[in-house]
Amino acid sequence: MRGNRFVYYVREGINSIFNHGFMSFASVCIIVACLIIMGSFTLLALNVDNMIDTMESENEIMAFVNSEYSRADAQAIQPYIESIDNVDTVRFVTREQAWDDFLDQYNDPSRLGDFGADILRDRYVVYVNDISKLADTRDAISQVSGIAATSVHLDVARGLVRFRNIVTIASLALVAILFVISLFIMSNTIKLTTFERRDEIAIMKMVGATSTFIRWPFVVQGLILGLLGSLISFVMEWGIYTLFSTKLMATSGLSFMTVIPFAAVSIPIFLAFTVVGLGVGVIGSLLAIRNYLKV
Amino acid sequence: MVQFTDVFKSYENGTKALRGVSFRIDDGEFAFLVGPSGSGKTTIIKLLTGEIAPTDGKITVNDYDLTNIKFSKMPYMRRTLGVVFQDYRLIEDKTVFENVAFAMRVVGASSKEIRRRVPYVLELVGLDTRTRRRPQELSGGEQQRVAIARALVNNPRLIIADEPTGNLDPARSLEIMMLLQKINELGTTVLVVTHEKELVESFSKRVIAIDGGKIISDGMGGYYNYER
Repeated sequence: MRGNRFVYYVREGINSIFNHGFMSFASVCIIVACLIIMGSFTLLALNVDNMIDTMESENEIMAFVNSEYSRADAQAIQPYIESIDNVDTVRFVTREQAWDDFLDQYNDPSRLGDFGADILRDRYVVYVNDISKLADTRDAISQVSGIAATSVHLDVARGLVRFRNIVTIASLALVAILFVISLFIMSNTIKLTTFERRDEIAIMKMVGATSTFIRWPFVVQGLILGLLGSLISFVMEWGIYTLFSTKLMATSGLSFMTVIPFAAVSIPIFLAFTVVGLGVGVIGSLLAIRNYLKV
Repeated sequence: MVQFTDVFKSYENGTKALRGVSFRIDDGEFAFLVGPSGSGKTTIIKLLTGEIAPTDGKITVNDYDLTNIKFSKMPYMRRTLGVVFQDYRLIEDKTVFENVAFAMRVVGASSKEIRRRVPYVLELVGLDTRTRRRPQELSGGEQQRVAIARALVNNPRLIIADEPTGNLDPARSLEIMMLLQKINELGTTVLVVTHEKELVESFSKRVIAIDGGKIISDGMGGYYNYER
């Protein structure tokens, strides 16, 4: 691309933005609104994912060994449990260790009277890789010879997985819908410019301008508006997310929640915003100008 | 050179605009294309500029076969043409200089070339003292001269003037025709589309008359026998 042409494209693109100031402003606002909604849902999905990862590392299956098994027989079961699909780590806990843990949690051990470790069973604490397969893993462990019973908090796991799926589907649907809306608004903004300049475009075609030459100033206009929208929305998203997460963490009763710091996801979010903003700008402008280039 | 060979053109609404039109205009010629409204003149111009394609037949313009031309080659064919319209089609917010320079800029001419060529062309059409004026500050005749300058600035092989004097009084019309004749004498082929009988008769040039989508006569001034 020759230097003077590049300058021409950029100058024409910027002129169009200022000549249609209100529509340009509206386009940027729509892109900002759409990107913030997209970004917020993406961050929500990331946080839910992160919470589920944490739950996966904490959510355990208790597998109780048959009480008639000797200690050695009970420990011999471990390789069978470890070989089960989705099992991450397996820890053997003797009935004595379990009793000690129980006593640590119990405020008034004297009320337990003569009860002792012999009322408990040796057990395995099993951690899984994927919380959504918790029930299947529990069933597989139950099938291992020597395992008398299992215990797991399936409700919590199922609730979280369902929530993650809903958030993911909602995010994808919103991203798609908002992308189309942004595209429509951007395309209409540039259509307004092309309509006003239709005589100029006709003259350009008449004297032998190539379609590329005619198209570029409008693409530059879309690029600038898209980039501006993505930069503004990134800064706003940062502020909104930081403010919201700080307030959430300060709320009593929600201190168990972990929130991903914005800095940890800022680069992918910035890149996603930029790609979407530029995509909306370029595709919107190409859609707007295509009818004028058919002749 | 322009060559129409048995060209037919039908529109989607069923109108048969051209019915087997054949003619040839050689390089350096000056020709009038005359005929009443709806005779097919505008269709011929649109075919010449590649705005529409023929239904049948063959069209060659300045070595480009418009029957089989690729879309990507169309701009390069158009650079061999200069088109002048009755309504001038100037860009209102550009000066005379900028309107003419615009035609050079869009085909990729450098600023240096533009600064050299535009004043020469504006002097040729007699507008060298009006370069900074905007179209609305000029008379109709002057605006048409700007349009001619714009058509001329890329040094086309063929100038097509579509009713160039339609909005002008007889004196200004004569001036424009004299200018087109001068351009022709400098080597450019000129095709003037008009329905002004007196104007055509005052020049002893070739006249192609069309009516009902057919060529009804083709010859020097004396052959202009179309009456409506």
